[in-house]
Amino acid sequence: MRYTSTGYDETFDAQGDPRPACREFLHTLENMGADELARRQASAELQLQNAGITFNVYGHQAGVEKVWPFDIMPRVLGGDEWSRIDAGLRQRVTALNLFIDDVYNDQRIVKDGVVPEELLQTSTAFRPEMRGFSPTHKAWCHINGVDLVRGDDGQVYVLEDNLRCPSGVSYVLENREVMKRSFPRVFDGVSIAPIEEYPERLLETLLGCAPKRTHSPLAVVLTPGVYNSAYFEHTFLAQQMGVELVQGSDLVVVDDAVLMRTTQGLHRVDVIYRRIDDDFLDPECFRPDSCLGVRGLMRAYRAGNVTLANAPGTGVADDKAVYAYVPDIIRYYLSEDAILSNVPTYLCSDPTQRDHVLANLDKLVVKPTNESGGYGILMGPTASEEERRACGERVRANPRNYIAQPMLTLSTVPTLVDGGLQPRHVDLRPFVLAGESVYVMPGGLTRVALVEGSMVVNSSQGGGSKDTWVLKP
Amino acid sequence: MLSRVADSIYWMSRYIERAENVARFIDVNYSLMLGAAADTNQQWAALIYTTGDQELFSSLYGEPSRDAVLRFLMLDERNPNSIYSCARAARENARSVRESITAPMWERMNRFYLSTRAAAETDSCLGEPTGFCDEVKLASHALVGLTNTTMSHGEAWHFARLGRLLECADKTSRIVDVQYYHLLPAATDVGSPLDLVRWNALLKSTSALTMYRRVHGQITQEKVADFLILNRDFPRAMRFCVTHAQESVCEITGSRPGTFRCRSEQLAGRMRADMDYTGIDEVIAEGLHEYIDRFQARLNEIGASLQADFFAVVTDAEQQQGRQTQG
Repeated sequence: MRYTSTGYDETFDAQGDPRPACREFLHTLENMGADELARRQASAELQLQNAGITFNVYGHQAGVEKVWPFDIMPRVLGGDEWSRIDAGLRQRVTALNLFIDDVYNDQRIVKDGVVPEELLQTSTAFRPEMRGFSPTHKAWCHINGVDLVRGDDGQVYVLEDNLRCPSGVSYVLENREVMKRSFPRVFDGVSIAPIEEYPERLLETLLGCAPKRTHSPLAVVLTPGVYNSAYFEHTFLAQQMGVELVQGSDLVVVDDAVLMRTTQGLHRVDVIYRRIDDDFLDPECFRPDSCLGVRGLMRAYRAGNVTLANAPGTGVADDKAVYAYVPDIIRYYLSEDAILSNVPTYLCSDPTQRDHVLANLDKLVVKPTNESGGYGILMGPTASEEERRACGERVRANPRNYIAQPMLTLSTVPTLVDGGLQPRHVDLRPFVLAGESVYVMPGGLTRVALVEGSMVVNSSQGGGSKDTWVLKP
Repeated sequence: MLSRVADSIYWMSRYIERAENVARFIDVNYSLMLGAAADTNQQWAALIYTTGDQELFSSLYGEPSRDAVLRFLMLDERNPNSIYSCARAARENARSVRESITAPMWERMNRFYLSTRAAAETDSCLGEPTGFCDEVKLASHALVGLTNTTMSHGEAWHFARLGRLLECADKTSRIVDVQYYHLLPAATDVGSPLDLVRWNALLKSTSALTMYRRVHGQITQEKVADFLILNRDFPRAMRFCVTHAQESVCEITGSRPGTFRCRSEQLAGRMRADMDYTGIDEVIAEGLHEYIDRFQARLNEIGASLQADFFAVVTDAEQQQGRQTQG
């Protein structure tokens, strides 16, 4: 197999030799031809199509269903390295959770001068409605996805935190399933940390955070409906946990209690894993034009009659301008140094940093602070003159809304392209559950940019995915 | 279970059953037409009457012809009752309740839809519909089997069965109605020489030929009617469907036999009791067409009461507002 990567490759080292964690499965692959790989790839794709494992793309037509893109070459992480990442994720999510609780209550971190007050006041994700509220176990962000990347230097960085409704965990589980069915031989002789317990852990987390009133709480998953981009995931998680998947219209609030409409009448609901953004949760409290949410839901929530996961208002902590302060946040609440590094970040709200950003637009990546899914990002080095100019204007007009980071060269993983293996850039989104205790799923979702040289891994913009293995140490 | 989920599961299995019935009607009619060159357009027109979509058909195609009828019934997305539309609607319903049905059911449903869609894109099945019809029947049988073997026989399963049985009862009644109209143009013709091939075809189109032979042997009009309308054991007979649909309604509500708590239960129980104690001579005395007309009206009434009793649960405050339904 001829294969060379220009940057840091996850599978082969700079000399072209397999990295220790990859030796075993590469050994199995040695005896296979390229056509065998192509056959396995086709079989995996057919499986995904037949099983209806899809995502919806917005833009052209309302909710066009696309089959989930998958590449059969796995991404492998060594057990020792993973232990460090695992510890770093626990630390980060724990600190962010303390931060959110503080921000909506005493705001000690502001009074102590660690985070400027202005930063919170200008955050569009800050919910004044939640001031003075604290959910069960002070757990705000129950379900988290932390995006990690590895740079040229081989070091793992946190690219961003996702503390609202992070998607992708269903694809992690399905990728493993598809891999096992379409390419069983590749598992010969390797010992992989299991991921299959995730749905059980999720249910445990949700029920553990139910209002204290009841001993046998009832949980549901709330979806915006079949046209949402992550609808498959909503059905998958509800099915795996054995709970009802509800839409806003299935729920109704009576006397500050949330009820669902069943064939046997109205039934009380205790925990809602909501996959609807804050803005659309309750037309009475947030956007009045929302028809996805439930009128009166926030009244029931504030009365302590129902748990929402994640809690409304967690977005304040994954605001990209707050991201720059996360190392300080960790030090403040936990008296520890951050185990996982941030990518160096320039805050455009700071005049000196802003001038640096505007002078170096051709070298930097500029991101809106309050968007997700890769929307609104300027990739400086590859953008056109016109795109850079327009971006500069947006930054000047509203500096608080932008941050900039150096253009990272993401690590690569061999990927099946046109019948051969070629290096393609990847990131990694591990999932962390935080209720009464913290659970980190080993591995996570590896997304891969299928276009040569591209760093855009979002599935909404042509990214693919890979099975991700964490070897047992 | 959630009202919306019950609603979707009910319609999912109705649409699958509808697709299978259309496939059987086409298949039998097609084989009947082979080697019978004359008088065919009228026979293809009868097929449209069986599904009850004659108005939509003539607005889209005008006069019936073999190709137009096949396209209309199999692939036309403008016809909500075409096999393609049924497969799509069944899948959309399944997709909205994917967490409540089993993975094998969903996967089979999805494959059924994908293969139907592929057929609609190529048109290749119009020349020889048999293979396509076989696939549809097979998919439907597989889905019924998977529903029975992979899903707990609880509330959701009963809603699925209810949908399938009410659809089946309706379709059997329609084909009996239309075929008797063709076979016996006037009441005075009762007792005239049998058009054996056609009677055979009628039994075949309800997959009833083998079982009929075992029960009654020779074909007589009265016995065929008796078998398809009032047989207690044949799964496509109208009475069989009503009997088991009524059982499912009772399982859902948990009422003791012979009692009722809601309108659906009352209507289904009354209809079942009626059919249990009806003889075919009474049906013929009333007039077959009249009897079937009344039967269909009663089925529709049950459908409407299911909507009110189970699918549209509202709070007291919402009582005044209406809620949307499928059809």
